Order: sequence, then structure tokens, then C-alpha cells
Amino acid sequence: MSGATEKSAALLSVQNLRVEIKTRDGVVPVIDDLSFDLAEGGNISFVGESGCGKSMTALALMGLLPQPAGRIAGGKILFDGEDLSQAHDQRLREIRGNDISMIFQEPMTSLNPVYTIGEQIAEVLRRHQHKSRREAHERAIELLDSVHIPSPAQRVNDYPHQLSGGQRQRVMIAMALACKPRILIADEPTTALDVTVQAQIFDLLSELREVTGTAIILITHDMGAVAQMSERMVVMYAGRKAEEGRVRDVIRSPRHPYTKGLISAVPHLLDTVTDERPELMEIPGIVPPLAEFGRPNCLFASRCHMASDQCRSARPDDQIFEHQHSAACFHADEMQP
Amino acid sequence: MSDATANPVTGSEAVKARHPMAEAFEMFMRNYAAVAALIVLLLIILAAIFGPMLYPTDPFEMVWAPFSPPGAEGFLLGTDYLGRDMLAGLLNGARVSLAIGLAAAFMSVFIGITIGALAGFYRGWVEEVLMRITEFFQVLPTLLFSMVIVALFGASLPIVTFAIGIVSWTAVARITRAEFLRIRELEYVTASRSTGASNAKLIFSVILPNALPPIIVQAALMVGSAILFEAGLSFLGLSDPNVVSWGQIIGSNRQYILDASFTVTIPGLAIFITVLAISLVGDGLNDALNPRLRQR
Repeated sequence: MSGATEKSAALLSVQNLRVEIKTRDGVVPVIDDLSFDLAEGGNISFVGESGCGKSMTALALMGLLPQPAGRIAGGKILFDGEDLSQAHDQRLREIRGNDISMIFQEPMTSLNPVYTIGEQIAEVLRRHQHKSRREAHERAIELLDSVHIPSPAQRVNDYPHQLSGGQRQRVMIAMALACKPRILIADEPTTALDVTVQAQIFDLLSELREVTGTAIILITHDMGAVAQMSERMVVMYAGRKAEEGRVRDVIRSPRHPYTKGLISAVPHLLDTVTDERPELMEIPGIVPPLAEFGRPNCLFASRCHMASDQCRSARPDDQIFEHQHSAACFHADEMQP
Repeated sequence: MSDATANPVTGSEAVKARHPMAEAFEMFMRNYAAVAALIVLLLIILAAIFGPMLYPTDPFEMVWAPFSPPGAEGFLLGTDYLGRDMLAGLLNGARVSLAIGLAAAFMSVFIGITIGALAGFYRGWVEEVLMRITEFFQVLPTLLFSMVIVALFGASLPIVTFAIGIVSWTAVARITRAEFLRIRELEYVTASRSTGASNAKLIFSVILPNALPPIIVQAALMVGSAILFEAGLSFLGLSDPNVVSWGQIIGSNRQYILDASFTVTIPGLAIFITVLAISLVGDGLNDALNPRLRQR
């Protein structure tokens, strides 16, 4: 299990997490046996296509699975030694926004339209740090300044619709970092933004990470962002971990055909890491329907050019390589490094 | 590098910070029919509050011969079948009609929001139970049910108000539930949750303020229908006999509609104008608060 258990010093240690969602067709494991570690101040990225369980991972960590359909069916989420999967609602509310906070994909809709941005930031401070109205307001201005909102003393009284998408995402980041959380989960924070603004947001996140020492979990399908933002990455496919390792190892020598497909589908990504310039490729087919999640075989087999009978009849275990690099593929050894 | 420099349009926007409600107010003021109706409504409310003080004739006292036509002998609106002053009845009746209308509307909004919010927020069995209860009240014959309540518990103003409120909250409950179902899935609710907001916080200060616009419209229209409902009950003699209301004046004079039609038409007009004004104001609110009609 890719060294998940022996490193108990990790800030966040997810062990064999299984999340089930009740659907019309029955119970589906949208996250199936996921393990990973995150060190204090560390950072890790989750990549994969839509519907492969990235966002569910984030919601599970926050205890925000869709109710009443979703539940954690197994495994542990150890945050500083405390198992969040067993924690009560009250305790989770104390942790959310205070120790672990989150920013979302859609900055246009993530802020409440009837309150000013200052009120919304102050609300978080008042809830977790019991600051007075005035202190919270002052601190909100400082926070807006720290995320580079111009003239924060004026903008603090703006309503969300008066801000651009990039500014709203900055406000979301300010709100998420208001209580100096130890983990920030960024769920596709730039997907809805312009390319130029995307780069600014990533720069801001990197800068704030250095200043505050907050560990960042980045969820994205943008391999370029992963290369820029993270040291470690997890590739998810159909609710399972396909591959995990240091970003440079995974991008340079993917050990799972799905990872290789993802990388080949991004132009120039390899340029930055290697001198090769291969043709762009697509991965044939689509992510399997939810009903097929959890079957005891390799779920990628139907789209994989390397698939063998073994792949269609048994679920591959993680194969371990150097630097805690692992891949759930029977043919991982055969992949050309 | 900031967004303001990247996007000078939004950065240099000189628009003052305004609450969304301020925008809605502006939209409302542009709707002349609604503004006129609001003025009429305010006049009616002022008449109800101060009228009886400025015109202190007892509405129950027999002051002159019955069926004196409007204008005659100094009685501006004439006298009814017992020789009581119609104007005094109208002014005093305005108090009762408006008070019952407002109180019943308030009660139905309160019940409706509570039930709708709980059902829409918690879903699951809570929603099932609460919506079955709502449907039960929806299919009850409303007038009959109120009449039974008044007949059972006595015709006092609080009972009449209760009887009207208890049959008219279902629309508010359904609207509130629908809004909650829509808003609870929006990202800012999840975002609030992710900052540690409790369920009570989410219901009352995150979702409810965003769900209010259609509820406000419904509440405004509800005042009008509650006034009509009260008029209907008192017409049938099921209202407090010790207070005057517009419906009661109509009800008590109804036998003489052919001989002295003004005794019925004057309070009827009062009801008509009041309910029309309330409906127009409600309509104006609807236009002002409807996000699809509001340009941004």
C-alpha cells in the first residue's frame, strides 16, 4: 500500500478509503480503496477525467458527501491522528474552514450573492476565532490585501456580482485561508477562469503556501498545473488510484497506461520535462458507467491497448517502484520508462 | 499582477456597493402601476389607522334614519339598514379587514416557510412527512374547514385569523420548498458548509435570504386573499359580531341590495380597491425581484 501506513507522522493519512453512493442501479463505490499521505506543508495533486472520483475524494475529506446518498463505507481518514470518517458532525464543523478548508471550481457561484465579501470572510473568522465584528472586518481587509485585491478597504464592502471571476476566486482563497488552515483543498480552482487569470491564481496559491505553510491538495485535470504546483501526484481512474508518485517520476516514466494516455493528450507537457516531442494521442473510449465501478477487474482494461486476460479477470494490486512510485497495473513493468 | 489591471473594466467600475434589494427597489419604482397601487394602499392604511380618530362616530350607534343615501344630512356615505353611519363603519372596518389580512398572511408565511424550509433542506423522510401534511391541507375545502374552526372555537378575531392562516400556508410551503431544493444544490451553500456553518446557519442566513423574493411576492398576494377570505366569512356571519369589518357590512345589508344598493357596493368597492392595490403591488414586487427580468 505505497507506504501509507508506516508514515504515521503524516498530517493527513487516508487509508483504504471506500466511499459509496446510492444510485438507482444500486450502491456504487465511487472511491474504491484509496490510500495516500500528505505531510505538514506538503502538496499533492489528484488528476483524472471527469467522474473518476477526484471531487468525491475532496468532499469525503471535508465530510461533505452528498446526503443522504453518499457515505464512507470503509477505511480511515487520519487527520493529525484523528479519524475524520468517524468524527461527529459537531467536530467536523469545527475542523471545516478552520483546520481544513476548500476552494471550489466555480468562483461565480461559490459566494453568497446577498452578503458583501467582507461579511462572508468575517463570518468565518467570527465562527472559528470568535473575533468581534470590528476585528473580523479589519482582518478581512488584511486578507483581501494578502490575496492582492486592489484597494481592499473599499472592495471589502462589494457584493460578489461586482467582482470579476478571478477576483472572486481570490476572495474564496482569502476566505479559505482566513483561519490559517493546515490543509487547503483546491477543487479545480481555475477551470472556470481565463488562461491568464489561471496562471495568476496558481502563482497566488504557490506564494501563499510559502508564506503560510498550508498543505495543498490540488484537484485538477490540468497536467500543466500539476507540474507547476505539486511534488506528488495521484492519478485516479473510475474511483481507484491508478498511479501515485513524485510528479517528475510519473510524468517522465508513467507506469500505468492510463497515465501515459493522459500525458500524451497534453501538448508540450513532455517538452518541459524531456526533450521528446511525441504526437498527441487520445485515449479511446470513455470512463466506464457507474454501474461498472467496483468490479473485480481492471476498470481501464476496455480502453487499454496492453490489456490481457488477467486484466479482465482480476483487479491489479499496486506495483511499487522507486521513490514511493506505485501503479495499479499488471503490466507496469513492461511500460517503457 | 492583479485582476484589476488585467481587466480594467471591472477594476475601475465606479458603481457603489449596493445590496441586491436596492436594485429590486429601483426596478419597483419604475413600475408606475405598482407605485400608484402602493400609494393607494398607503392611503388606505393611513385611513384605517387615523380615520376612526379623526371621525370618531361610533359605527354601532344609530345616528339617523335607515338607508339615507350618501351625502344626505351630512352623512358622506349614507346610513345602513339600522341607521348607522356607513363612513364610520368603513373606517373601523378597514382596521379589522387589514389587521386580519396582515395577521393571517403573517401566520401562513411563518408556517409555510418553516415547513417548506425543513422539507427542502433536510429532504428524505422529513420532506415526505411534511409534504404529505401540506398536501392534506391543500385538498381540504378551505372555506368549509375555516367555517368548521370558527363554528367550533367561536367567532373571535384571533380564531378567525387562525382559521384563515391555517388554510392558506400551503402555497408558501411549496414555494419555499422549491426554492430550498434549488438553492441547497448551489455551490455557495457547499462553500458555506465547507467553512463550518451549522445547519441552522445554512437554513436561516444562507439559503433563506436567497429564497425570499418569491416568498415576499406570495406573502403580498396572500394579504389580499386573506382580506377576501375574511370578507367571505363575515358575509356568512362567521366573524366576530362585536367588531365591524367590510365583509360584515356587506353581509348584514345584503337583503336590501335592491332597495339601497350603496350599503353593499360601498364596502364591496373598498374590498375591491384594497385587494386590487395589493395585487398590483405584489405584481410589481414580482417583476422587481424576478432575477430573469432583472438586467445586470
